[in-house]
Amino acid sequence: MEDQGWWGRFRRSESFAGLALVSPTALYALLLLAAPLATILLYSFLTDGDTQTRIVWDFTLDNYIATLTEPLYRAVMIRSLSVSILVTAVTVILAFPVAYYVSFHVAPQRKSLWLFLITIPFWTSYLIRVFLWKVILGYNGVINSGLTTLGIIDEPLTFILYNVNAIVITLAHAYAPFAILPIFVALEKIDRSLLEAGQDLGESKAMTFLRVTLPLAMPGVVAAVLIVLIPTVGDYVTPQIIGGGKIPMVANLIQSRMLDLDNRPLGSALAVVAMLVVTVVALAFVALNARFLKVKK
Amino acid sequence: MTDGRGLRLYAILYLVFLYAPILLLPVFALNDATIVAFPLSGFTTKWFGQLAQLPTLFDALRNSLIIAVSSSILATTLGLFAARASSRYDFAGKGPIMGLIMLPLVLPEIIVAMSLLMVLLGMGLNLAVWSVILGHTLICMPFAIAILSAAFQSLDRSLEEAAYDLGESRWSTFRLITLPLVMPGIVSALLISFTISMDEFIIAFFLAGAEPTLPVYIYSQLRFPKQIPSILALGTILVAVSVVLLTIAEYFRRRGIAKVGGKDTGGFL
Repeated sequence: MEDQGWWGRFRRSESFAGLALVSPTALYALLLLAAPLATILLYSFLTDGDTQTRIVWDFTLDNYIATLTEPLYRAVMIRSLSVSILVTAVTVILAFPVAYYVSFHVAPQRKSLWLFLITIPFWTSYLIRVFLWKVILGYNGVINSGLTTLGIIDEPLTFILYNVNAIVITLAHAYAPFAILPIFVALEKIDRSLLEAGQDLGESKAMTFLRVTLPLAMPGVVAAVLIVLIPTVGDYVTPQIIGGGKIPMVANLIQSRMLDLDNRPLGSALAVVAMLVVTVVALAFVALNARFLKVKK
Repeated sequence: MTDGRGLRLYAILYLVFLYAPILLLPVFALNDATIVAFPLSGFTTKWFGQLAQLPTLFDALRNSLIIAVSSSILATTLGLFAARASSRYDFAGKGPIMGLIMLPLVLPEIIVAMSLLMVLLGMGLNLAVWSVILGHTLICMPFAIAILSAAFQSLDRSLEEAAYDLGESRWSTFRLITLPLVMPGIVSALLISFTISMDEFIIAFFLAGAEPTLPVYIYSQLRFPKQIPSILALGTILVAVSVVLLTIAEYFRRRGIAKVGGKDTGGFL
């Protein structure tokens, strides 16, 4: 029995087979990710109710006005963004030489061992790693007590104490493998004969690196920047533990508005704005590097 | 290769920076002092012994194990569908669909946790172990898919076609040919998902209700300075278990790629 309509053709197509196969997973992501995100977006336009009603169905832009004009929110938003831009810069710049070393100077059969060593710390408990940085950087912490014992310093160093520097160090440590892997993949794809060609044509090693290697590695650098920048904006644990709750970032603010103050619309608006801001920054960065990204064969 | 030596030194120093916190963990867990500082004051294993007396630790451990086992199985099963579909077929809306599924990889966890929490609270549901399982499945899926896609992509399609030609059905081909070949990838995805779930804090913190997981329990104990050495001992055990599981996962991942004759590109991501 051959059915002829578009449905019959669609049913036997490759597209249908793929969609049918992906549907359980897609449905899960739709219900537990897309729908909740849409709920947050909806909440951000509604009005806060009391402890009984929680949410009042009155459409308003007040939550966005508060988010954008209130000095506290703006200060926290700016701090979060600058911390995550700083962390991204530090992480990617420190990571590049490591990725370069593994790609260009490590024997092929030992590359996976290096990558495995780089990724292990990333898979161990984030909470414990953050807490350890607090212990390492504290007033009587490992660094200060160690340096005092060795007689190198008399007074504990204070610039590493529970402040923004400590947050940047901790986050840069946590996201290191995220930055190394995409750069490594981009470097691996570079055709080594291009580098020889550059040098045969009289370029110095440094110039070959700047004019051939670096532009070809840029897709990896851009990926690394995005994969570090976006999650760090919303980091909750590090400001909570390292900053002792005194230097909140946007995630801590979202949590306190939504749960402590039970103002779900305002918390939602903060979340939406934070995501929008980081998306704009990310897109601007991608646009700036657009010329490197289209060099595909 | 003259610059190779300087780079090598830098790479090794970088590894030291990466490992410094984890290596200090056992040092202070075995140190006979309640404050975490130098100079070390003596060797002791009493902090490990004290773990047995910590109240509610074993409840948290049980919750964590239930959650990690359930969500790794769910994430790997759902990941199998998506990885197979995306590496085998071209379908309408493939980019956006796979993009949505992989989104938790870059989305801040607080956003995932808060939006899920708002929906669950809005529906008037009671938070418990099951709500953490839902959240952990969501964030483990992208990692499982990344590992499984690599396994499916390096699969030689002609093996499956040969099975069809020899009269096997679609399902029996999958069961007899495809599944055994990607099995190491499946084991690797299960282990990685299990490790992620065991160590995850944010989603568990907000979605666990009155049934804390191990990381949530650890977080609650960090406020008490007296408990810190025991927590460091617990952390040492957790990190050791993670490293063992990851090493097994890496072994299976490599074996899987070698089995289908692929080239190892290294790394999980």
